[in-house]
Amino acid sequence: MLKYIIKRILMLIPVLIGVSIIVFLIMRVFSPDPAPIVLGQHATQEAQEAWRQAIGLNDPIYLQYWHYLKGALTGDLGTSYYTKIPVVKEIMARFPATIELAVVAIILASLFGILIGVVSAVKKNSIFDNAGMLLALIGVSMPIFWLGILLIILFSGTLHWLPSNGRIDPLLQPAHVTGFYLIDSLIAGDSGDFVDALRHLVLPAAALAMYSMAIITRMTRSSMLDTLGQDFIRTARAKGIAEGRVIFRHALRNGLIPIVTVIGLQLGSLLGGAVLTETVFSWPGIGAYTVTCILKSDFPVVQGVVLLVAAIFVLMNLIVDVIYAFLDPRIKYAKKEV
Amino acid sequence: MEQKRNLNSDTSPLQAAEYVEKPESQLKAMWETLRQNKAAVAGLFIIGSLALIALTVWLSELMGKQILPYDPNYSDMGKSFVWPNAEHWFGTDQLGRDLFSRILDGTKISLFVGVAAVGLSLSVGVLFGAVAGYRGGRTDALIMRLMDIMLAIPSILLAIAFMAALGKGLDKAIIAIGLVSIPEYARIVRGSILSVKENDYVQAAKIIGNRPSRIIYKHILPNVISVIVVRATLGISTAVLDTAALGFLGLGVQPPFAEWGDMLGRARGFIFTAPYTLIFPGIAITITVLAFNLLGDGLRDALDPKARIK
Repeated sequence: MLKYIIKRILMLIPVLIGVSIIVFLIMRVFSPDPAPIVLGQHATQEAQEAWRQAIGLNDPIYLQYWHYLKGALTGDLGTSYYTKIPVVKEIMARFPATIELAVVAIILASLFGILIGVVSAVKKNSIFDNAGMLLALIGVSMPIFWLGILLIILFSGTLHWLPSNGRIDPLLQPAHVTGFYLIDSLIAGDSGDFVDALRHLVLPAAALAMYSMAIITRMTRSSMLDTLGQDFIRTARAKGIAEGRVIFRHALRNGLIPIVTVIGLQLGSLLGGAVLTETVFSWPGIGAYTVTCILKSDFPVVQGVVLLVAAIFVLMNLIVDVIYAFLDPRIKYAKKEV
Repeated sequence: MEQKRNLNSDTSPLQAAEYVEKPESQLKAMWETLRQNKAAVAGLFIIGSLALIALTVWLSELMGKQILPYDPNYSDMGKSFVWPNAEHWFGTDQLGRDLFSRILDGTKISLFVGVAAVGLSLSVGVLFGAVAGYRGGRTDALIMRLMDIMLAIPSILLAIAFMAALGKGLDKAIIAIGLVSIPEYARIVRGSILSVKENDYVQAAKIIGNRPSRIIYKHILPNVISVIVVRATLGISTAVLDTAALGFLGLGVQPPFAEWGDMLGRARGFIFTAPYTLIFPGIAITITVLAFNLLGDGLRDALDPKARIK
């Protein structure tokens, strides 16, 4: 197992190199010259030329990439063209916001998704099943950012229940320990901050959770239908085990593998920055930030974020595979060819 | 029985290979099952209606006739932010343009971009997947690693980066959205090809000396076409969503085209003063995506005998 995990982690290297080449090609080779964008259109030709020289944009392309790669290997991803702050710092300042949003969203999505999926499977073809499936269908068909807009219109604009942007009231700033406001405010023992952070989190997390919930609901239902039809379930029932126990201990546990897969993959993609949700709710995470940086041609930041996100995606896939082995002891990776 | 044996003994490998190749039959069987599925038929009906609207609007535009209640691009600042009423069913936007006309007009953009983007990713993806699956070995490894790398980058970020590099516009949106979903098609086609590659009829076609390209397009692809059709149908719904997302971020199809995502993006500042400007375009996107999802799900069920029983 350990051998398998190490092998898979080593496979990250070629993927990350490939990802960096793609981003490099798009942003450095095929994109227009960043100088007028970074320095402003009124910058003189000389100033632009000096900037290009200083950044190294006048070097041959392969040399530019080599310099980047060399830096990246030592943990230096460069500095932002605009703020001059190291990319790693820029990312670290925003990543906790993205993680907090993604984790809360995936918890909501899994909780409701599994619940609705199980009930839909158990009460197949009932009104509840149909309603659940309709909800799941709408969930995958609705643009997330539009759902966000609807939630803002209803809960912020009409009912005035919840705030529509940011992570916390600007006047309240919990002491920075982990960067996760919910945890930081708990550590500080400040319930006011905690409640405010939570209130800011509700709408974006709900909007973000909808799509994942829909996917998890569908997967849970179909996986449960598969397991519920099997002999061991009939045996369990015949033995007189209570129906609730049959469903949750026997069926759900055996049908969990595909459900865990989708939850893992969904979390992987949510951690990649919920670009649109973050934009709609002005959430200060890496998703919305990356979009701004792409538009401003801030190459070092974009490259850094995309590498991080790709690494998370690949690792998430690995984690899902490892969880498999725990859920189903029959799966042994070490013996299998990867 | 007698007849069957005759058929076998008298048919040359060439004829035998041609004999199995019946793309219509697989699609026809799919259609028969699909017809029983009410949700899928509803999806098909909505898609048909949307296509009809798009086509009518487009043709009338070509002929220089005004078929929509108002010119979708005509701006009357004196009439900006008129709430929905009998005259303007969906109200007017910040520039006093009729939203109902703009949403109908936007149908053609969304459908066109959706279909064209899928056409692009489908043709490139099928080519990559087919070559990888058929050739195997190094070619396979090279193509599929490239696809894995593309999959590791979130598609929306990749599309945004492409748009930033290519510039804004309808054609560029199609390219960006099409490019990012190539890996999905390549993977599916490769997998399907691996599963039919060793079949006798493919071997027979190989033995009689067919070129690989002919074997792939004449003998293999027709047998995996239903899988591709399902993926492409669901792919259109993703493409419509991506178009809207790019438009919302101000990167997609540019004015004067009325594009639903772009309409949402531009109306964002009026979320509390004129919320209706943000409601109708979203409904249009959702209905379109929903219709393709319904049809795609129905097609997938029609393909999967196990799902059919459920």
